[in-house]
Amino acid sequence: MRPSDEAELAEAVRGAGGALRIVGGGTRPVGRPVSGAALSTAGLAGIRLYEPGALTLVAGAGTPLAEVEAALAAEGQRLPFEPMDHRGLLGTEGEPTIGGVVAANASGPRRVQAGACRDSLIGARFVDGSGQVTRNGGRVMKNVTGYDLVKLMAGSWGTLGVLTEVAFKVLPAPEAATTLVLEGLAPEAAVAAMAAALGSPFEVNGAAHLPDGRTLLRLDGFAASVAYRAGALAAHLGRFGAAGRVEGAESAALWVAVRDVAAFHGAAGNVWRLATRPSDAPGLAAKAGGQALYDWGGGLLWLLLPEGTDLRAKLGPFAGHATLVRASHATRATIAPFPPEPAPVAALSAGLRARFDPRGILNPGLME
Amino acid sequence: MQMPVPNPAVLDRRDWLVARLQEVLPADAVIHDPAETRAYECDALTAYRCPPLAVVLPYTTEQVAAALKVCHDAGVPVVPRGSGTSLAGGAMPTADSVILGVARLREVLEVDTLNRAIRVQAGITNLAVSGAVEEAGFFYAPDPSSQLACAIAGNIAMNSGGAHCLKYGVTTNNLLGVTMVLMDGTVVELGGPYMDAGGLDLLGVVCGSEGQLGVVTEAWLRILPKPEGARPVLIGFDSNEVAGACVSDIIKAGVLPVAIEFMDRPCIRATEDFAKAGYPDCEALLIVEVEGSGPEIDEQLGLIRQIAAKHAPVEFRESGSEAESARIWLGRKSAFGAMGNINDYMCLDGTIPVSALPFVLKRIKEMSGEVGLDVANVFHAGDGNMHPLILFDANKPGDLEKCEAFGAEILKLCVEVGGCLTGEHGVGIEKRDLMTVQYDPADLEAQMRIKDVFDPRWLLNPAKVFPLAASDTRRAAA
Repeated sequence: MRPSDEAELAEAVRGAGGALRIVGGGTRPVGRPVSGAALSTAGLAGIRLYEPGALTLVAGAGTPLAEVEAALAAEGQRLPFEPMDHRGLLGTEGEPTIGGVVAANASGPRRVQAGACRDSLIGARFVDGSGQVTRNGGRVMKNVTGYDLVKLMAGSWGTLGVLTEVAFKVLPAPEAATTLVLEGLAPEAAVAAMAAALGSPFEVNGAAHLPDGRTLLRLDGFAASVAYRAGALAAHLGRFGAAGRVEGAESAALWVAVRDVAAFHGAAGNVWRLATRPSDAPGLAAKAGGQALYDWGGGLLWLLLPEGTDLRAKLGPFAGHATLVRASHATRATIAPFPPEPAPVAALSAGLRARFDPRGILNPGLME
Repeated sequence: MQMPVPNPAVLDRRDWLVARLQEVLPADAVIHDPAETRAYECDALTAYRCPPLAVVLPYTTEQVAAALKVCHDAGVPVVPRGSGTSLAGGAMPTADSVILGVARLREVLEVDTLNRAIRVQAGITNLAVSGAVEEAGFFYAPDPSSQLACAIAGNIAMNSGGAHCLKYGVTTNNLLGVTMVLMDGTVVELGGPYMDAGGLDLLGVVCGSEGQLGVVTEAWLRILPKPEGARPVLIGFDSNEVAGACVSDIIKAGVLPVAIEFMDRPCIRATEDFAKAGYPDCEALLIVEVEGSGPEIDEQLGLIRQIAAKHAPVEFRESGSEAESARIWLGRKSAFGAMGNINDYMCLDGTIPVSALPFVLKRIKEMSGEVGLDVANVFHAGDGNMHPLILFDANKPGDLEKCEAFGAEILKLCVEVGGCLTGEHGVGIEKRDLMTVQYDPADLEAQMRIKDVFDPRWLLNPAKVFPLAASDTRRAAA
């Protein structure tokens, strides 16, 4: 099914006889495998409103991400949260949609400064599991009118409703960007360097440590300001060794690789994503074994592990949570891809699903 | 203001309830003497008052849970209260309710500058959070103007903003986790000292839920390194429209100031009389603040000067020192006090798209003439969060009602141009009955479903946020 507008989509959900598999660009097959009739949002495409002077953009959920990014770039603006492109990691093809970005709460390295997708999302329209069209938030960046269902929809992977339209706060794109590169630091030292950088006043908006031992720190903004801060930051981090500098397109390419976890593209094995306290990350990585990519100053840990590894059992309790992002169908059917929740929280999540999707037809089981 | 009829069965069992609460709480944590409960009859929306049945002030999460369980099992409504600074009546009691105050939960539990996070008890004041990390070179970004008094619990309940959210976001963007007690006494943990709480974004729903989903007793907050420096510039214009256009151009140019504040002539005059900050005599002024090192600030202010020049400003005053910066901010920070000095006022909080600023300011002026009540405007222009202050005389019969009706019209205007009823103060009781202006019944139904899940009996802060007619059946069924 490929409805061409919101009313048709609502009709399709109302008329559904069984499970629906919600598809945007089909580039992010994450979670428990879902069976059911495919319902595509691709027909709900197009930028509905873009006011550069108000830093706001509204688009149909099926709008290709590339179209949104091109429109923003033409006005010297960008999405603040640098959404990850999952295609390389998951070996998928197709065109990522802005609705899919929201459903996955896909966020990149700039998370440390600009927040996640959910932090830039200011409005949403969706069709719930009964086929009811619902609207929440709006197109203004400060809004506390009623409950915030906008954030609830971000990262709900289509299990509470099918997104039809999304609104964002956007930001000016910087004039210049520089990456400082520290070589050969052990994970503990790298996390310490990243903490020192993120705790400095120099507005670091990317801090990653790669499996090859490089530690990357990104600065962007007006050219003179970036030059000043790069010097000041390098001096601030002097005890971690001399920092190399990468500029412009080369710098941008480094961060696309971090964002998309390029280090694990094509490599055999499962890919896990951990959100944790940055200073705990090296210990967790050591305990897990395998290759590690640290983003968000260590707060986001990507691990490459042998197929079928039950990482949660291996790590035991820790501050944070682990998601199995890439694994075979069989593994994803046996090891819960999404982190299990403590009983009282699980009861709340189940309660919300029962209210928003009483028939249990929207991507059923995907997040369980 | 219509409130639900107090439940006579609850009123009759007051003494029994107090005894039950005394069994589970320390003696000084239960207040039931009417002379003392009077202190909790209202918050900062002082036009509406109602003493509660009793007040509890627990010392621990466990005591909060025990008190809630007693009330839950007895079917008694509970109104959570931070510091009572809500401008929307978010903490206003009903006669059959117990006030649950978090004022005794004020400890800093863990400072983790390495991971840029702090864990606090929720009754701590907003400013005390920054105070706890200041020496280490950090601060907590959301800065509501009541920050000296307001509690983090209330900030989370209302998703509070402040003057600097254009750059740093509001409470929800700086909240990492909470310990929260549900109405039935269940304690839940959401998120923690890491980014992205995991699972469905329940933390995002709890923030801004106006104390209707649970009582937050502890919070993990994100802290940020202090900038090297900050400096404001004051720009005067001879029309509101031109000032509004300048705001839009600054944003488009790629500068991201930490604050862009706007004041119109009535507000400038009142603050000049009151605070004597030396503001120019003009129709509108902007205070734009940027951050960074000295040269970075110079560069940004240079750009802002170029942009402003295209709008023929009548004044461009760049701060050259700490003292001059303080002077530029003095009038803005005194604005509410100044207005209070000349009159009673009602402070609105609607947000509009920045592009609609000139039109909305013009319409408010026209409406003000028609109604016969003066309006002063002072607000966060960068994000479109307006604060029209309607002046009225509380001692004049009918003036409050006239003012409220006028306020409602202004908020409807905000919604008409694509904005919303409240940008940072919350709905409370104040804007409860206007919710249908912004949301269709289906949209409200979706929100009320959330409360059904967290608080099935609708006992927590029950008569707020949703129009009484919309929540009637649910509250009655409880």
